[in-house]
Amino acid sequence: MIEASLPHPVARGGAPTVEFIGATKRFGTLTALDDVSIKVRPGSVHALLGENGAGKSTLVKCLVGFYAADAGQVMFDGREVAIRNPHDAGALGIGMVYQHFTLVPSMTAAENLVLARGDLPFRIDWASERSRLAEFMARMPIRVPLDKPVGALAAGEKQRLEILKQLYLKRRLVILDEPTSVLTIEEADEALGLMRDMAHRGEITVIIITHKFREVMAFADRVSVLRRGALVGEREVADSSPDDLAELMIGTRAIRTAAAKAPVETGAVLLEAAELDAADDSGHPAVRRASFRVRGGEILGIAGVSGNGQRELIECLLGQRAPTGGSVRVKGRPYGATRREMQQHRVFSLPEMPLRNACVPGMSVADNMALRNFDRAPLSRGPFLKRRALREQARRLIESFSVKTPSPEAPIQDLSGGNVQRAVLARELSSEVDVLIAANPVFGLDFAAVAAIHGRIVAARNRGAAVLLVSEDLDELLDLADQVLVMFEGAIVYRSAIADADIGAIGRHMAGHAGAGTPA
Amino acid sequence: MTSSAAHASARTASVPAPAMTDANRRALEGAFWPIVSLLAAMVVFGLFVALTGRDPLEMYALIYEGAFSDAFAWQNTLQRAAPLILCALAVALPAQAGLTIIGGEGALVLGGLAASVVPLAVAGPPLLVQALMAGCAMLAGGFWIGLSGWLRHYRGVNETIASLLLSYIAIALLNHLVEGALRDPASLNKPSTRPVGDANMLGNLPGIDVHPGLAFGIILCLVLHVVVRHTGLGFATRIAGGNVRAARLAGLPVGMLILWTCVAGGACAGLAGMVEVAAVLGSANATLAAGYGYAGILVSFIARHNPLAVIPVAILIGGIGAAGSLLQRRMELPDAAMLVLQGVAFMIILGMETMTGRLKFFQPRGA
Repeated sequence: MIEASLPHPVARGGAPTVEFIGATKRFGTLTALDDVSIKVRPGSVHALLGENGAGKSTLVKCLVGFYAADAGQVMFDGREVAIRNPHDAGALGIGMVYQHFTLVPSMTAAENLVLARGDLPFRIDWASERSRLAEFMARMPIRVPLDKPVGALAAGEKQRLEILKQLYLKRRLVILDEPTSVLTIEEADEALGLMRDMAHRGEITVIIITHKFREVMAFADRVSVLRRGALVGEREVADSSPDDLAELMIGTRAIRTAAAKAPVETGAVLLEAAELDAADDSGHPAVRRASFRVRGGEILGIAGVSGNGQRELIECLLGQRAPTGGSVRVKGRPYGATRREMQQHRVFSLPEMPLRNACVPGMSVADNMALRNFDRAPLSRGPFLKRRALREQARRLIESFSVKTPSPEAPIQDLSGGNVQRAVLARELSSEVDVLIAANPVFGLDFAAVAAIHGRIVAARNRGAAVLLVSEDLDELLDLADQVLVMFEGAIVYRSAIADADIGAIGRHMAGHAGAGTPA
Repeated sequence: MTSSAAHASARTASVPAPAMTDANRRALEGAFWPIVSLLAAMVVFGLFVALTGRDPLEMYALIYEGAFSDAFAWQNTLQRAAPLILCALAVALPAQAGLTIIGGEGALVLGGLAASVVPLAVAGPPLLVQALMAGCAMLAGGFWIGLSGWLRHYRGVNETIASLLLSYIAIALLNHLVEGALRDPASLNKPSTRPVGDANMLGNLPGIDVHPGLAFGIILCLVLHVVVRHTGLGFATRIAGGNVRAARLAGLPVGMLILWTCVAGGACAGLAGMVEVAAVLGSANATLAAGYGYAGILVSFIARHNPLAVIPVAILIGGIGAAGSLLQRRMELPDAAMLVLQGVAFMIILGMETMTGRLKFFQPRGA
């Protein structure tokens, strides 16, 4: 029997050893993984570092049973195992926290946790489940509201719930795929610190996929660097430096660093919000009397833990949500986010999740690139579109922004996340920009893409645009912003020029326990 | 053969045939799945017919005979295709803005009712009266579907349910008025409005025994195709239909874009009602609600809401309808059998929607 010859997946206690031997995976002509051998020590935090497409995700997907490697073996606890599907992985105690959420939006966090167990009886004894959950949560240093539907949670809360889910399922090997993208530094530190401590106590082994050197340096024990499917180096974290790792990761090719912030004379106030109020989807106040001004030649950064009203604020500015009070002005005039105002004042935007917020998924790349200017010359004459000019523009933008697409006619939903982002960037930043509204513009993108996008944002500022940058990545704000605000529970609770900014104060305000500090 | 000649022939062979562009591929795929669906529906319906102990091949032959075999069959088919085209536009246009409207029947009924009232109030040259009849019918139909669009955008009411329920209200309104205030005392066993008068009837298109509704339908399809595919308005509408958030980001007036498609689509169905009154029935009565509005939903879905494709699909479905009486006479298939065929086709069409993009042949290759 085939079944008998395979090791029976049995969950044992304690942190397991994991070893890849010669893992190889091809997709058609593309070799996504090329003879990769990595050994992960039990009770360690092992980081996989690499750019997008380096093969990190492919490697761990072989481990959780999404892909079968074309060649090579996986050793788990010192024995060769065949992991043919996620169920096998789960039986071994291997779990993964994905970049994208795997929660049921209409169910509460508690229901999602219980549901994830997969061994539910016909009738669920909620009283005892709740008390067990409460006991479990009491041991956890990260918090999630258990009784709200997951759909109503902010991205950061969902991500925390994903991590909690793995711990709740008593996974022995937890794989984190860019888990902290939406967490504050403090939350990320807490979450990763928790996982590291559990690993060092010998309870779990952790594999973390990340772009963030800070997290590697602070939390990982050992790091494997992948480039184009191949393992290019391994280091004990204690013996390495970020510079060393960066060189391994990107090779010898030159990286475009963020365009230097030229000293720019700040101009007139171009974008202004006054006492802005907005409600979230369920009608509760999400933005409370937010006021700020952005001058030309200046980047105003808004920091905050996700779910503190930034999304609603941005949606108001983009015209996707009607404010419930207050006003927005652009160049001193009331601004209602109509197309005429956008074109007249040259207002552009880089919203988060571009496929959801800034693209029509089923329309072609060329059509999506024409979203801003299809109704003006040269793309139209009178009421008629000029298809040829539209295609021409697409070819030009695809070329100059290196968008990888099979063709301008391909539906934009078929492109990878980075290329969708590049297509949007091409559309929004290829003409003169006076006001730019950006929200988490580099979420989930690789090193080189991040540098390129940051470069474009800074370049727009250098040319005199007023840039509003909302980001959950504090490093990004510290790098780019001239002024920084902190949003907490919908209100702006801290503001400072970047030169005078006190990181500690920013962190305290983000966490909402700022006793002292600059009054907002 | 020398090796160089072999070389040359190999080279010739490797030169690709005039390359198919990705745009063509997409268009071709758009036609491919509906055709496969229709064929599948015919096969399933054939099985159904076989189960009743009849010969499916004979059934196919009869459909062809009753729909397309001679001039008489073609006229019958086109006569039925005309209101189907117009009613399909009441689905296809709002679909561009992302709405699923299924209330064409109501707009048709109200259009017919409005048209039938005009000759009572206005006397004048037939052309003027007819123009007014068409205008009022389109206003009535446009208002009715526009109401669904308005409810959807400004009140968050599901437009599919709203348009369906509004259809029932429209039909009830028709019945109430033709049996009451607007009833012609001379219409005894079939309550109707007063006849619009022979002078005001539309007559036939020159040369064939088909009323001008067919011409209206085809012209509107062509015009709306140009609007949807080749104008900024159509582009903006498709953006709003594809992703409301992106449309808002681009500053597009989403509410107005939804409203124009609903009003224009409803006007088309309203015009179908006017044509039925002024070219077929002679007055408004309960037979206005003959199901063209509902069959138009099927037509629009098979045509993938493409105004141009609506024309051939409507002719096909019209033809199947036209063959219905022949099937009834020769094979003793009940009237409802045609509804079974429509239902089967609709289910398969909806199922096939998920097939788009699954075949390698249709995937873009950068040409």
